[in-house]
Amino acid sequence: MFGKIITGMFLASALVSNLFGGDRLTGAGASFPAPLYYDWAYTYKKKTGNRVNYQSIGSGGGIKQISKRMVDFGASDKPLKSAELEKKGLLQFPAVIGSIVVVFNVDGIADAQLKLKNSVVADIFAGKITKWNDSRIKADNPTLNLPNTPITVVHRSDGSGTTYNFSYYLSGSSEDWKSSVGTGKSLDWPVGLGGKGNEGVTNLVKQTPNSIGYVEQAYKSRNSMTAAVLQTASGKWVEAKEENFKAAAAYAKWTIEDNFYQMLALQPGDTSYPIVASTFILLPKEKANTNKMVTAFYDYSFGRRGDRSADKLGYIALPEATKNMIRNYWKKHGVNP
Amino acid sequence: MSSYALKERVFHHLTKFFAFLVLFFLVAIFVVLLVKAYPAIEAFGFDFLTDEKWAPNLGIFGGFPAIYGSFISTLIAMLLAVPVAIGIAIFLSEVAPSRLKSPMGVSIELLAAIPSVVYGMWGLFYFAPLMRDLVGGNGLGLFTAGFILSLMILPFIAAITRDSLNTTPQILKESAYALGATKWDVIKDVMIPYAKAGIIGSVILALGRAFGETMAVTFVMGNVHNVPDSIFQAATSIPATLANEFNEADTELYYSSLFFLALILFIISFAIISLAKFHFLKRRKKVSDRKHKWHKLVKQWRRK
Repeated sequence: MFGKIITGMFLASALVSNLFGGDRLTGAGASFPAPLYYDWAYTYKKKTGNRVNYQSIGSGGGIKQISKRMVDFGASDKPLKSAELEKKGLLQFPAVIGSIVVVFNVDGIADAQLKLKNSVVADIFAGKITKWNDSRIKADNPTLNLPNTPITVVHRSDGSGTTYNFSYYLSGSSEDWKSSVGTGKSLDWPVGLGGKGNEGVTNLVKQTPNSIGYVEQAYKSRNSMTAAVLQTASGKWVEAKEENFKAAAAYAKWTIEDNFYQMLALQPGDTSYPIVASTFILLPKEKANTNKMVTAFYDYSFGRRGDRSADKLGYIALPEATKNMIRNYWKKHGVNP
Repeated sequence: MSSYALKERVFHHLTKFFAFLVLFFLVAIFVVLLVKAYPAIEAFGFDFLTDEKWAPNLGIFGGFPAIYGSFISTLIAMLLAVPVAIGIAIFLSEVAPSRLKSPMGVSIELLAAIPSVVYGMWGLFYFAPLMRDLVGGNGLGLFTAGFILSLMILPFIAAITRDSLNTTPQILKESAYALGATKWDVIKDVMIPYAKAGIIGSVILALGRAFGETMAVTFVMGNVHNVPDSIFQAATSIPATLANEFNEADTELYYSSLFFLALILFIISFAIISLAKFHFLKRRKKVSDRKHKWHKLVKQWRRK
């Protein structure tokens, strides 16, 4: 009898120690890189036994929680400027790059067929171009059979880093947009419908004929949607595909001094896709010990396996040079693993 | 003190404590909402209730579109649901043959068991395209939300109304029939007045549910902060705004404006329910009034 109880206790304690064994880290923030962080955390756990628990609560929530030191690291799609980092006592580095594509649902027009000037995209989202056969759309698509139907604009209803990066691109493409709507995580949209999350926008675009919206690249490929061809900053046509995203990422001028503050939209170059964005990790300066555990996780994830996961899930891994710069940044602040 | 008396006292105070606990939570929630909403109240004051522009990136917050959307979608839901639900209840309690009563009653109750998110999905994937084909536009908006809400509250009103109609004493109905009343007379002049309190109660419950419904509405409302020209256009409601925007509310004013909206929702729901409740309590007290009415009715029938 006693023997049984004792074995039971041993078993139970083994279970518990298994559950609580290893380091545990908690992070919270941006929802856009969440699928990748889950994947990275899974491989990291298998490799080292250390757990990383990531909560996808949105960039705003991530900044809030790390500012109050409620989590070990925060994640945000919107980079913070050095002054704000200083004020909140935070360190910042990019983790991965993603891209935003303009998706549409028009009968008979396939992926990468429709060409939209950046200024035309801005005017569609501003409600100034209201029909698919508008002369300004037709001008760049003489061979397409554009219907004489109203355009239904679909945007995010929740605050989002995706919207921040997309509206940054629209502001850079149209002075009107910049002055009337501006850049932000949630906006006063002139027209359209709101969907919650990338999946909400995806659903609305997929089931509303003649609609247009913007989603993370990963959602487009996973849901076999059709995306528009956009323009580089200098006006050359550029398709929404991986090598063009990478081309844009290569122009990023990250610096350690700036804490990697950099918007990746509208980079120069003949093949740079215009809406590329990176997502950032925030660390509390004073917690050197947990920071080292966090950087160990990212150091591992910046390796070959992590890059493969990024690729598989539709993200773009950081260039090797950037990764080394981040490692130097860690060293400089004494948080290297 | 005997142990019985002690037990009695402990029990007395325990139940009292539980009852006051509810009151405490009510007040606590109100206080938290008020405190958190204070920066927005200070910044916008009562203009918040009438301002139409909601531009978080510019720090401009006006609550009117959300308040308007909540009211109109709830109104549409009530207009659609109440007559149908009362019709269902009358059919089930008085008109339907008894072999139909139980299966139909159960299926109505089952309708109430469907989670709201399922209604939302059904609305988005089936009803919205249907609306698009029928009235044009994109199919999402106030009317679609109102329709989905009406489906959700229908079973509440129908089931409670049926139950309260069923409480009409058989003897009252039989007396009315004996005096020559038709079935319609009995329903209109005997059963409905008798069950009035229950019917009003069910309508209030349904109103509260429709007003605070979040998930289903977020799916089909369109989620845009504007005051639409027609009920077939996209709009937003207070709960949908809260569900959509809380996560990323990163400035203090944004955060507190959302709390201000929550406070408004709290006050409106509280006001509606207490108003209706007082009205309905007052009715109850006037039993003598009702007796008087019975006599009048009986006289009326006799004359027929």
